[in-house]
Amino acid sequence: MSEPMPDEVPQTSFGFSSRAGTRPRRLLCVESSCDETAAAIVDEDLRVLSSVVASQTALHARFGGVVPEVASRAHVERILPVLDEALREAETRLEDLCAISVVTNPGLVGSLLVGLTAAKTLAMILQIPLIAVNHIEAHLYACRLHARRDVFPAVGLVVSGGHSNLYHCREAVDFELLGSTIDDAAGEAFDKVAAILGLGFPGGPAVQQAASTGNPRAYRFPRSFLKEDRLEFSFSGLKTAVLYEVAGKPPAPYDAAQIPRQRVADLAASFQEAVVDVLVAKCRQALEASGLKTLCVGGGVAANARFRERLDEMRAGGIDVIVPPLSLCTDNAAMSAVAWESFHRGRFAGWDLDVTAGLVRKPRAVKPR
Amino acid sequence: MNFVSNSWTFQSRSEEATARLGVALASVLERGTVVALIGHLGAGKTRLVQAVATAAGVDRREVSSPTFVLVQEYEGRWPIYHFDVYRLGGDDEFLDLGAEEYLNGDGICFIEWADRLEGSLRPDLRITIGATGEFEREFRFETMSPGGMALLDRLKASIGPPESA
Repeated sequence: MSEPMPDEVPQTSFGFSSRAGTRPRRLLCVESSCDETAAAIVDEDLRVLSSVVASQTALHARFGGVVPEVASRAHVERILPVLDEALREAETRLEDLCAISVVTNPGLVGSLLVGLTAAKTLAMILQIPLIAVNHIEAHLYACRLHARRDVFPAVGLVVSGGHSNLYHCREAVDFELLGSTIDDAAGEAFDKVAAILGLGFPGGPAVQQAASTGNPRAYRFPRSFLKEDRLEFSFSGLKTAVLYEVAGKPPAPYDAAQIPRQRVADLAASFQEAVVDVLVAKCRQALEASGLKTLCVGGGVAANARFRERLDEMRAGGIDVIVPPLSLCTDNAAMSAVAWESFHRGRFAGWDLDVTAGLVRKPRAVKPR
Repeated sequence: MNFVSNSWTFQSRSEEATARLGVALASVLERGTVVALIGHLGAGKTRLVQAVATAAGVDRREVSSPTFVLVQEYEGRWPIYHFDVYRLGGDDEFLDLGAEEYLNGDGICFIEWADRLEGSLRPDLRITIGATGEFEREFRFETMSPGGMALLDRLKASIGPPESA
Protein backbone atom coordinates (compact mmCIF):
# COMPACT_ATOMS: atom_id res chain seq x y z
CA MET A 1 0.00 0.00 0.00
CA SER A 2 1.09 3.57 -0.62
CA GLU A 3 2.24 5.71 2.23
CA PRO A 4 -0.45 8.00 3.55
CA MET A 5 -0.14 11.41 1.98
CA PRO A 6 -2.40 13.53 4.14
CA ASP A 7 -1.34 16.75 2.43
CA GLU A 8 -2.99 15.61 -0.76
CA VAL A 9 -6.19 14.43 0.86
CA PRO A 10 -8.91 17.04 1.15
CA GLN A 11 -9.42 17.21 4.90
CA THR A 12 -12.71 19.04 4.69
CA SER A 13 -14.60 16.17 3.11
CA PHE A 14 -14.07 13.62 5.91
CA GLY A 15 -16.66 14.60 8.42
CA PHE A 16 -19.88 15.10 6.53
CA SER A 17 -20.81 17.09 9.58
CA SER A 18 -24.21 17.97 8.16
CA ARG A 19 -25.07 14.27 8.02
CA ALA A 20 -23.16 13.15 11.09
CA GLY A 21 -25.31 11.07 13.36
CA THR A 22 -27.98 10.48 10.78
CA ARG A 23 -26.59 7.38 9.10
CA PRO A 24 -23.31 5.46 8.77
CA ARG A 25 -20.86 6.71 6.22
CA ARG A 26 -20.55 4.84 2.90
CA LEU A 27 -17.56 3.48 1.03
CA LEU A 28 -17.42 2.58 -2.67
CA CYS A 29 -15.19 -0.42 -3.40
CA VAL A 30 -13.79 -0.95 -6.91
CA GLU A 31 -12.16 -4.15 -8.11
CA SER A 32 -10.72 -5.15 -11.51
CA SER A 33 -7.84 -7.36 -10.47
CA CYS A 34 -8.27 -10.33 -12.76
CA ASP A 35 -11.29 -11.87 -14.44
CA GLU A 36 -13.92 -9.86 -12.62
CA THR A 37 -15.07 -6.28 -12.78
CA ALA A 38 -16.81 -5.60 -9.49
CA ALA A 39 -18.06 -2.80 -7.27
CA ALA A 40 -19.72 -2.66 -3.88
CA ILE A 41 -21.04 -0.19 -1.36
CA VAL A 42 -20.24 -1.04 2.26
CA ASP A 43 -21.15 1.23 5.12
CA GLU A 44 -19.17 2.07 8.22
CA ASP A 45 -20.97 -0.64 10.20
CA LEU A 46 -19.66 -3.14 7.61
CA ARG A 47 -23.09 -3.73 6.11
CA VAL A 48 -22.88 -4.68 2.43
CA LEU A 49 -25.46 -2.43 0.77
CA SER A 50 -24.66 -3.74 -2.71
CA SER A 51 -22.13 -6.06 -4.31
CA VAL A 52 -22.06 -6.27 -8.08
CA VAL A 53 -19.84 -8.69 -10.00
CA ALA A 54 -20.01 -8.30 -13.78
CA SER A 55 -19.93 -12.00 -14.67
CA GLN A 56 -22.59 -12.87 -12.12
CA THR A 57 -25.26 -10.43 -13.15
CA ALA A 58 -27.43 -9.54 -16.08
CA LEU A 59 -24.64 -7.20 -17.09
CA HIS A 60 -22.63 -10.23 -18.12
CA ALA A 61 -25.33 -11.36 -20.53
CA ARG A 62 -25.58 -7.83 -21.89
CA PHE A 63 -21.93 -8.00 -22.96
CA GLY A 64 -22.13 -11.63 -24.06
CA GLY A 65 -18.85 -12.18 -22.28
CA VAL A 66 -17.11 -15.49 -21.84
CA VAL A 67 -15.26 -16.46 -18.69
CA PRO A 68 -12.42 -15.79 -18.32
CA GLU A 69 -12.57 -12.32 -19.79
CA VAL A 70 -9.04 -11.22 -19.26
CA ALA A 71 -8.64 -8.26 -21.54
CA SER A 72 -8.47 -4.84 -19.96
CA ARG A 73 -10.81 -3.73 -22.77
CA ALA A 74 -13.50 -5.88 -21.17
CA HIS A 75 -12.97 -4.14 -17.84
CA VAL A 76 -13.22 -0.78 -19.61
CA GLU A 77 -16.59 -1.77 -21.08
CA ARG A 78 -17.94 -3.04 -17.77
CA ILE A 79 -16.60 -0.65 -15.17
CA LEU A 80 -19.14 2.17 -15.53
CA PRO A 81 -22.24 -0.07 -15.73
CA VAL A 82 -20.96 -2.01 -12.70
CA LEU A 83 -20.38 1.20 -10.71
CA ASP A 84 -23.83 2.46 -11.70
CA GLU A 85 -25.44 -0.79 -10.65
CA ALA A 86 -23.65 -0.86 -7.29
CA LEU A 87 -24.78 2.71 -6.52
CA ARG A 88 -28.32 2.06 -7.70
CA GLU A 89 -28.77 -1.17 -5.69
CA ALA A 90 -27.46 0.56 -2.57
CA GLU A 91 -29.65 3.60 -3.22
CA THR A 92 -26.55 5.68 -2.88
CA ARG A 93 -25.65 8.89 -4.70
CA LEU A 94 -22.04 9.70 -5.51
CA GLU A 95 -22.15 12.60 -3.07
CA ASP A 96 -23.16 10.18 -0.28
CA LEU A 97 -19.74 8.49 -0.49
CA CYS A 98 -17.04 9.32 2.05
CA ALA A 99 -14.20 7.35 0.43
CA ILE A 100 -13.32 5.07 -2.49
CA SER A 101 -11.23 1.95 -2.28
CA VAL A 102 -9.54 0.21 -5.17
CA VAL A 103 -7.63 -3.06 -5.53
CA THR A 104 -4.10 -2.31 -6.74
CA ASN A 105 -2.39 -5.68 -6.20
CA PRO A 106 -2.03 -8.40 -7.34
CA GLY A 107 -3.31 -8.75 -10.87
CA LEU A 108 -2.65 -7.84 -14.45
CA VAL A 109 -1.40 -4.30 -14.81
CA GLY A 110 -3.79 -3.49 -17.66
CA SER A 111 -6.80 -4.79 -15.73
CA LEU A 112 -5.87 -3.15 -12.43
CA LEU A 113 -5.35 0.20 -14.14
CA VAL A 114 -8.98 0.27 -15.29
CA GLY A 115 -10.29 0.11 -11.73
CA LEU A 116 -7.61 2.45 -10.47
CA THR A 117 -8.35 5.08 -13.11
CA ALA A 118 -12.07 4.96 -12.38
CA ALA A 119 -11.56 5.12 -8.61
CA LYS A 120 -8.99 7.90 -8.80
CA THR A 121 -11.13 9.99 -11.13
CA LEU A 122 -14.18 9.69 -8.90
CA ALA A 123 -12.19 10.43 -5.75
CA MET A 124 -10.71 13.54 -7.37
CA ILE A 125 -14.05 14.82 -8.61
CA LEU A 126 -15.80 14.12 -5.31
CA GLN A 127 -12.81 15.35 -3.28
CA ILE A 128 -12.86 12.29 -1.05
CA PRO A 129 -10.00 10.00 0.02
CA LEU A 130 -8.70 7.10 -2.04
CA ILE A 131 -7.68 3.85 -0.31
CA ALA A 132 -5.54 1.05 -1.78
CA VAL A 133 -6.54 -2.56 -1.17
CA ASN A 134 -4.64 -5.82 -1.63
CA HIS A 135 -6.93 -8.39 -3.27
CA ILE A 136 -5.63 -11.33 -1.24
CA GLU A 137 -5.90 -9.55 2.10
CA ALA A 138 -9.42 -8.57 1.11
CA HIS A 139 -10.26 -12.28 0.66
CA LEU A 140 -9.52 -12.79 4.37
CA TYR A 141 -11.46 -9.71 5.38
CA ALA A 142 -14.50 -11.44 3.89
CA CYS A 143 -14.32 -13.54 7.08
CA ARG A 144 -14.52 -10.40 9.21
CA LEU A 145 -17.49 -9.17 7.15
CA HIS A 146 -19.26 -12.49 7.49
CA ALA A 147 -18.53 -13.00 11.21
CA ARG A 148 -19.65 -9.46 12.12
CA ARG A 149 -17.13 -9.48 14.99
CA ASP A 150 -13.39 -9.14 15.45
CA VAL A 151 -11.67 -12.22 14.06
CA PHE A 152 -8.03 -11.14 14.16
CA PRO A 153 -5.42 -12.22 15.15
CA ALA A 154 -5.88 -15.37 13.09
CA VAL A 155 -4.25 -17.75 10.69
CA GLY A 156 -5.49 -16.90 7.20
CA LEU A 157 -5.66 -19.24 4.21
CA VAL A 158 -6.48 -17.89 0.76
CA VAL A 159 -7.12 -20.69 -1.73
CA SER A 160 -8.22 -19.84 -5.23
CA GLY A 161 -7.34 -20.39 -8.87
CA GLY A 162 -4.32 -18.15 -8.54
CA HIS A 163 -3.32 -18.40 -4.89
CA SER A 164 -2.68 -20.85 -2.10
CA ASN A 165 -1.32 -18.61 0.64
CA LEU A 166 -1.07 -18.97 4.40
CA TYR A 167 -0.83 -15.83 6.51
CA HIS A 168 -0.36 -14.83 10.10
CA CYS A 169 -2.92 -12.04 10.35
CA ARG A 170 -2.01 -9.90 13.34
CA GLU A 171 -4.80 -7.51 12.57
CA ALA A 172 -6.98 -6.64 9.59
CA VAL A 173 -4.22 -4.72 7.82
CA ASP A 174 -1.11 -6.43 9.17
CA PHE A 175 -0.49 -9.76 7.45
CA GLU A 176 2.67 -11.83 7.31
CA LEU A 177 2.94 -14.40 4.50
CA LEU A 178 3.84 -17.74 6.09
CA GLY A 179 3.99 -19.73 2.88
CA SER A 180 2.44 -20.28 -0.52
CA THR A 181 2.45 -22.75 -3.38
CA ILE A 182 5.76 -23.49 -5.03
CA ASP A 183 4.04 -24.46 -8.29
CA ASP A 184 0.29 -24.71 -9.01
CA ALA A 185 -2.43 -23.10 -6.90
CA ALA A 186 -5.09 -25.42 -5.46
CA GLY A 187 -7.85 -24.01 -7.66
CA GLU A 188 -5.65 -24.36 -10.72
CA ALA A 189 -5.11 -28.04 -9.87
CA PHE A 190 -8.91 -28.47 -9.76
CA ASP A 191 -9.21 -26.82 -13.19
CA LYS A 192 -6.47 -28.93 -14.73
CA VAL A 193 -7.65 -32.22 -13.24
CA ALA A 194 -11.13 -31.37 -14.54
CA ALA A 195 -9.53 -30.96 -17.99
CA ILE A 196 -7.69 -34.29 -17.63
CA LEU A 197 -10.94 -36.04 -16.67
CA GLY A 198 -12.97 -34.24 -19.36
CA LEU A 199 -15.18 -32.52 -16.78
CA GLY A 200 -15.25 -28.99 -18.17
CA PHE A 201 -14.65 -25.52 -16.73
CA PRO A 202 -14.66 -24.17 -14.07
CA GLY A 203 -13.01 -27.21 -12.55
CA GLY A 204 -13.88 -26.69 -8.88
CA PRO A 205 -17.63 -27.35 -9.07
CA ALA A 206 -17.15 -29.97 -11.83
CA VAL A 207 -14.66 -32.05 -9.82
CA GLN A 208 -16.76 -31.71 -6.66
CA GLN A 209 -19.84 -32.92 -8.55
CA ALA A 210 -18.02 -35.93 -10.01
CA ALA A 211 -16.40 -36.69 -6.64
CA SER A 212 -19.75 -36.87 -4.88
CA THR A 213 -20.30 -40.41 -6.16
CA GLY A 214 -16.66 -41.49 -5.97
CA ASN A 215 -14.49 -43.29 -3.44
CA PRO A 216 -11.87 -40.92 -1.99
CA ARG A 217 -9.66 -43.90 -1.10
CA ALA A 218 -9.76 -45.54 -4.54
CA TYR A 219 -6.42 -44.02 -5.57
CA ARG A 220 -3.55 -43.04 -3.32
CA PHE A 221 -2.38 -39.70 -4.74
CA PRO A 222 0.61 -37.79 -3.37
CA ARG A 223 0.17 -35.24 -0.58
CA SER A 224 3.19 -32.94 -0.93
CA PHE A 225 4.95 -31.74 2.24
CA LEU A 226 2.16 -33.30 4.38
CA LYS A 227 4.55 -34.55 7.03
CA GLU A 228 7.03 -31.70 6.71
CA ASP A 229 7.12 -28.57 8.85
CA ARG A 230 7.38 -26.20 5.89
CA LEU A 231 4.23 -24.15 5.39
CA GLU A 232 4.26 -24.49 1.63
CA PHE A 233 2.04 -26.17 -0.91
CA SER A 234 2.79 -28.09 -4.10
CA PHE A 235 -0.05 -29.35 -6.27
CA SER A 236 1.77 -29.89 -9.56
CA GLY A 237 2.88 -33.43 -8.68
CA LEU A 238 -0.66 -34.32 -7.67
CA LYS A 239 -2.02 -33.07 -10.99
CA THR A 240 0.64 -35.09 -12.84
CA ALA A 241 -0.16 -38.19 -10.77
CA VAL A 242 -3.79 -37.97 -11.87
CA LEU A 243 -2.63 -37.61 -15.49
CA TYR A 244 -0.37 -40.67 -15.19
CA GLU A 245 -3.22 -42.68 -13.67
CA VAL A 246 -5.44 -41.75 -16.61
CA ALA A 247 -2.96 -41.73 -19.49
CA GLY A 248 -0.10 -43.92 -18.32
CA LYS A 249 3.56 -43.19 -17.73
CA PRO A 250 4.62 -41.52 -19.99
CA PRO A 251 1.18 -40.25 -20.94
CA ALA A 252 -0.30 -41.60 -24.16
CA PRO A 253 -3.14 -39.93 -26.06
CA TYR A 254 -6.53 -40.86 -24.65
CA ASP A 255 -10.18 -39.91 -24.98
CA ALA A 256 -11.53 -38.57 -21.68
CA ALA A 257 -15.07 -39.41 -22.80
CA GLN A 258 -14.12 -43.11 -22.82
CA ILE A 259 -13.11 -43.22 -19.12
CA PRO A 260 -15.81 -45.18 -17.24
CA ARG A 261 -18.02 -42.91 -15.19
CA GLN A 262 -17.24 -44.61 -11.87
CA ARG A 263 -13.50 -44.36 -12.54
CA VAL A 264 -13.87 -40.62 -13.19
CA ALA A 265 -15.81 -40.29 -9.92
CA ASP A 266 -13.17 -42.25 -7.97
CA LEU A 267 -10.32 -40.27 -9.54
CA ALA A 268 -12.08 -36.97 -8.78
CA ALA A 269 -12.86 -37.99 -5.19
CA SER A 270 -9.32 -39.27 -4.55
CA PHE A 271 -7.80 -36.10 -6.02
CA GLN A 272 -10.13 -33.84 -4.03
CA GLU A 273 -9.33 -35.73 -0.83
CA ALA A 274 -5.59 -35.29 -1.41
CA VAL A 275 -5.98 -31.50 -1.90
CA VAL A 276 -8.21 -31.14 1.14
CA ASP A 277 -5.90 -33.31 3.30
CA VAL A 278 -3.00 -31.00 2.53
CA LEU A 279 -4.97 -27.76 3.01
CA VAL A 280 -6.30 -28.92 6.37
CA ALA A 281 -2.92 -30.24 7.54
CA LYS A 282 -1.12 -27.00 6.68
CA CYS A 283 -3.80 -24.93 8.45
CA ARG A 284 -3.35 -27.10 11.54
CA GLN A 285 0.43 -26.70 11.37
CA ALA A 286 0.14 -22.93 11.06
CA LEU A 287 -2.28 -22.78 13.99
CA GLU A 288 0.03 -24.90 16.13
CA ALA A 289 3.15 -22.95 15.17
CA SER A 290 1.52 -19.59 15.88
CA GLY A 291 -0.50 -20.64 18.94
CA LEU A 292 -3.56 -19.00 17.37
CA LYS A 293 -7.04 -20.47 17.75
CA THR A 294 -8.78 -18.71 14.90
CA LEU A 295 -8.66 -19.73 11.23
CA CYS A 296 -9.98 -17.51 8.44
CA VAL A 297 -10.43 -19.12 5.02
CA GLY A 298 -11.11 -17.24 1.79
CA GLY A 299 -10.96 -17.70 -1.98
CA GLY A 300 -12.92 -19.77 -4.46
CA VAL A 301 -11.69 -23.17 -3.22
CA ALA A 302 -13.25 -22.36 0.16
CA ALA A 303 -16.55 -23.03 -1.62
CA ASN A 304 -15.62 -26.73 -1.91
CA ALA A 305 -18.09 -28.81 0.12
CA ARG A 306 -15.59 -31.50 1.17
CA PHE A 307 -13.16 -28.83 2.38
CA ARG A 308 -15.97 -27.23 4.38
CA GLU A 309 -16.82 -30.59 5.97
CA ARG A 310 -13.23 -31.00 7.08
CA LEU A 311 -13.18 -27.42 8.40
CA ASP A 312 -16.29 -28.27 10.41
CA GLU A 313 -14.30 -31.08 12.02
CA MET A 314 -11.64 -28.56 13.02
CA ARG A 315 -14.35 -26.37 14.47
CA ALA A 316 -15.53 -29.32 16.56
CA GLY A 317 -11.93 -29.60 17.77
CA GLY A 318 -12.10 -26.14 19.31
CA ILE A 319 -10.73 -23.96 16.50
CA ASP A 320 -12.75 -20.88 15.62
CA VAL A 321 -13.03 -21.49 11.88
CA ILE A 322 -14.54 -18.74 9.78
CA VAL A 323 -15.53 -19.42 6.19
CA PRO A 324 -17.63 -16.84 4.39
CA PRO A 325 -20.60 -17.80 2.21
CA LEU A 326 -19.96 -18.57 -1.44
CA SER A 327 -20.68 -15.03 -2.66
CA LEU A 328 -17.92 -13.69 -0.43
CA CYS A 329 -15.46 -16.53 -1.24
CA THR A 330 -15.31 -16.00 -4.97
CA ASP A 331 -14.02 -12.69 -6.32
CA ASN A 332 -16.15 -9.73 -5.26
CA ALA A 333 -15.73 -6.10 -4.27
CA ALA A 334 -17.54 -6.21 -0.91
CA MET A 335 -14.53 -7.83 0.72
CA SER A 336 -12.62 -4.62 -0.07
CA ALA A 337 -14.46 -3.32 2.99
CA VAL A 338 -11.05 -3.92 4.55
CA ALA A 339 -10.51 -0.35 3.34
CA TRP A 340 -12.54 0.81 6.36
CA GLU A 341 -9.65 -0.42 8.52
CA SER A 342 -7.29 1.82 6.57
CA PHE A 343 -9.84 4.63 6.70
CA HIS A 344 -10.01 4.54 10.47
CA ARG A 345 -6.21 4.46 10.68
CA GLY A 346 -5.89 7.41 8.33
CA ARG A 347 -4.03 5.34 5.75
CA PHE A 348 -4.99 7.08 2.54
CA ALA A 349 -3.36 6.86 -0.84
CA GLY A 350 -1.96 9.81 -2.74
CA TRP A 351 -3.02 10.72 -6.24
CA ASP A 352 0.16 9.04 -7.46
CA LEU A 353 -1.19 5.65 -6.36
CA ASP A 354 -0.06 2.99 -8.84
CA VAL A 355 -0.78 -0.68 -9.37
CA THR A 356 1.62 -3.52 -8.62
CA ALA A 357 1.44 -6.75 -10.56
CA GLY A 358 1.85 -10.18 -9.11
CA LEU A 359 2.42 -11.42 -5.62
CA VAL A 360 5.47 -9.38 -4.79
CA ARG A 361 7.36 -10.20 -1.66
CA LYS A 362 9.32 -7.00 -1.66
CA PRO A 363 6.86 -4.24 -2.64
CA ARG A 364 7.98 -2.74 -5.90
CA ALA A 365 6.22 -0.26 -8.10
CA VAL A 366 5.62 -1.21 -11.71
CA LYS A 367 8.04 0.72 -13.84
CA PRO A 368 6.50 2.78 -16.58
CA ARG A 369 7.84 1.82 -19.97
CA MET B 1 30.86 -21.42 -39.50
CA ASN B 2 28.01 -22.43 -41.74
CA PHE B 3 26.96 -25.40 -39.68
CA VAL B 4 24.73 -23.70 -37.13
CA SER B 5 22.04 -26.17 -36.23
CA ASN B 6 18.45 -25.14 -35.70
CA SER B 7 17.34 -27.99 -33.52
CA TRP B 8 18.72 -30.03 -30.66
CA THR B 9 17.33 -32.56 -28.21
CA PHE B 10 18.33 -32.93 -24.59
CA GLN B 11 17.37 -36.10 -22.74
CA SER B 12 16.95 -35.67 -19.01
CA ARG B 13 16.88 -38.79 -16.87
CA SER B 14 16.15 -37.04 -13.59
CA GLU B 15 14.92 -33.82 -12.02
CA GLU B 16 18.57 -33.04 -11.23
CA ALA B 17 19.45 -33.17 -14.92
CA THR B 18 16.53 -30.82 -15.64
CA ALA B 19 17.92 -28.46 -13.02
CA ARG B 20 21.32 -28.62 -14.78
CA LEU B 21 19.62 -27.73 -18.05
CA GLY B 22 18.08 -24.72 -16.27
CA VAL B 23 21.50 -23.57 -15.08
CA ALA B 24 22.95 -23.95 -18.58
CA LEU B 25 20.02 -22.07 -20.13
CA ALA B 26 20.36 -19.26 -17.59
CA SER B 27 24.04 -18.91 -18.48
CA VAL B 28 23.36 -18.35 -22.18
CA LEU B 29 20.06 -16.43 -22.28
CA GLU B 30 20.24 -12.76 -23.11
CA ARG B 31 17.90 -9.86 -22.42
CA GLY B 32 15.10 -9.73 -24.96
CA THR B 33 15.04 -13.49 -25.61
CA VAL B 34 11.57 -14.94 -26.09
CA VAL B 35 11.22 -18.64 -25.23
CA ALA B 36 8.11 -20.63 -26.20
CA LEU B 37 7.35 -23.63 -23.99
CA ILE B 38 5.23 -26.46 -25.32
CA GLY B 39 4.15 -29.64 -23.57
CA HIS B 40 1.14 -31.41 -22.07
CA LEU B 41 -0.15 -30.91 -18.53
CA GLY B 42 2.51 -32.01 -16.09
CA ALA B 43 5.29 -32.12 -18.71
CA GLY B 44 7.41 -29.76 -16.63
CA LYS B 45 7.07 -26.31 -18.25
CA THR B 46 6.80 -24.41 -14.97
CA ARG B 47 9.54 -26.64 -13.54
CA LEU B 48 11.96 -25.59 -16.28
CA VAL B 49 11.20 -21.89 -15.74
CA GLN B 50 11.79 -22.46 -12.02
CA ALA B 51 15.16 -24.00 -12.81
CA VAL B 52 16.22 -21.09 -15.02
CA ALA B 53 14.90 -18.43 -12.65
CA THR B 54 16.58 -20.02 -9.64
CA ALA B 55 19.86 -20.12 -11.55
CA ALA B 56 19.36 -16.42 -12.34
CA GLY B 57 19.06 -15.56 -8.67
CA VAL B 58 15.31 -15.63 -8.13
CA ASP B 59 13.98 -17.23 -4.93
CA ARG B 60 12.44 -20.55 -6.05
CA ARG B 61 9.39 -19.85 -3.90
CA GLU B 62 8.57 -16.83 -6.03
CA VAL B 63 8.25 -18.92 -9.18
CA SER B 64 4.86 -20.59 -9.44
CA SER B 65 2.42 -21.39 -12.21
CA PRO B 66 1.03 -18.25 -13.86
CA THR B 67 -1.98 -20.10 -15.32
CA PHE B 68 -4.50 -18.03 -13.39
CA VAL B 69 -2.72 -14.70 -13.18
CA LEU B 70 -1.51 -15.06 -16.81
CA VAL B 71 1.84 -13.36 -16.28
CA GLN B 72 4.29 -13.17 -13.41
CA GLU B 73 7.38 -11.03 -13.17
CA TYR B 74 10.54 -12.05 -11.38
CA GLU B 75 13.60 -9.94 -10.73
CA GLY B 76 16.77 -11.96 -11.20
CA ARG B 77 19.98 -11.27 -13.10
CA TRP B 78 17.55 -9.95 -15.68
CA PRO B 79 13.78 -9.49 -15.41
CA ILE B 80 11.87 -12.67 -16.23
CA TYR B 81 8.33 -12.45 -17.61
CA HIS B 82 6.59 -15.78 -17.09
CA PHE B 83 3.44 -16.13 -19.20
CA ASP B 84 0.87 -18.88 -19.33
CA VAL B 85 -1.65 -18.67 -22.16
CA TYR B 86 -3.52 -21.86 -21.17
CA ARG B 87 -6.69 -19.91 -20.36
CA LEU B 88 -6.54 -17.54 -23.29
CA GLY B 89 -8.75 -17.74 -26.35
CA GLY B 90 -5.98 -16.93 -28.79
CA ASP B 91 -3.67 -14.30 -30.18
CA ASP B 92 -6.03 -11.35 -29.69
CA GLU B 93 -6.37 -11.94 -25.98
CA PHE B 94 -2.62 -12.40 -25.66
CA LEU B 95 -1.97 -9.05 -27.33
CA ASP B 96 -4.72 -7.46 -25.21
CA LEU B 97 -2.67 -8.28 -22.14
CA GLY B 98 -0.07 -5.84 -23.36
CA ALA B 99 2.17 -8.75 -24.30
CA GLU B 100 4.07 -6.78 -26.92
CA GLU B 101 5.53 -4.52 -24.28
CA TYR B 102 6.93 -7.55 -22.51
CA LEU B 103 8.10 -9.26 -25.71
CA ASN B 104 9.97 -6.15 -26.83
CA GLY B 105 11.19 -5.43 -23.33
CA ASP B 106 14.50 -5.82 -21.55
CA GLY B 107 13.81 -9.16 -19.92
CA ILE B 108 13.50 -12.83 -20.81
CA CYS B 109 10.00 -13.99 -21.74
CA PHE B 110 8.87 -17.56 -21.14
CA ILE B 111 5.50 -18.44 -22.62
CA GLU B 112 3.85 -21.65 -21.44
CA TRP B 113 1.35 -23.29 -23.84
CA ALA B 114 2.76 -21.14 -26.65
CA ASP B 115 1.30 -23.57 -29.21
CA ARG B 116 -2.08 -22.02 -28.40
CA LEU B 117 -0.89 -18.80 -30.05
CA GLU B 118 -0.80 -19.03 -33.79
CA GLY B 119 0.38 -15.84 -35.35
CA SER B 120 1.45 -13.32 -32.76
CA LEU B 121 4.49 -15.05 -31.40
CA ARG B 122 7.94 -15.12 -32.99
CA PRO B 123 9.99 -16.90 -30.36
CA ASP B 124 13.78 -16.99 -30.48
CA LEU B 125 13.65 -20.44 -28.98
CA ARG B 126 10.96 -23.08 -28.93
CA ILE B 127 11.24 -25.83 -26.32
CA THR B 128 8.94 -28.83 -26.62
CA ILE B 129 8.91 -30.94 -23.49
CA GLY B 130 7.78 -34.55 -23.59
CA ALA B 131 7.57 -37.03 -20.72
CA THR B 132 9.43 -40.22 -21.55
CA GLY B 133 8.91 -41.71 -18.07
CA GLU B 134 7.95 -40.63 -14.58
CA PHE B 135 11.02 -38.43 -14.10
CA GLU B 136 12.55 -38.68 -17.57
CA ARG B 137 11.96 -35.79 -19.93
CA GLU B 138 12.90 -34.95 -23.50
CA PHE B 139 13.54 -31.29 -24.30
CA ARG B 140 13.48 -30.49 -27.99
CA PHE B 141 14.95 -27.08 -28.82
CA GLU B 142 14.13 -25.40 -32.13
CA THR B 143 14.97 -22.00 -33.49
CA MET B 144 14.53 -20.07 -36.70
CA SER B 145 16.45 -16.92 -35.87
CA PRO B 146 20.21 -16.37 -36.19
CA GLY B 147 20.29 -15.14 -32.58
CA GLY B 148 18.48 -18.28 -31.49
CA MET B 149 20.90 -20.49 -33.39
CA ALA B 150 23.87 -18.85 -31.72
CA LEU B 151 22.15 -19.21 -28.37
CA LEU B 152 21.52 -22.89 -29.03
CA ASP B 153 25.20 -23.44 -29.91
CA ARG B 154 26.26 -21.78 -26.66
CA LEU B 155 23.75 -23.91 -24.77
CA LYS B 156 25.14 -27.13 -26.24
CA ALA B 157 28.65 -26.05 -25.38
CA SER B 158 27.58 -25.10 -21.88
CA ILE B 159 25.85 -28.34 -21.04
CA GLY B 160 28.52 -30.60 -22.48
CA PRO B 161 28.28 -34.00 -24.14
CA PRO B 162 25.07 -36.08 -23.85
CA GLU B 163 26.50 -38.67 -21.44
CA SER B 164 26.67 -35.99 -18.73
CA ALA B 165 22.91 -35.62 -18.94
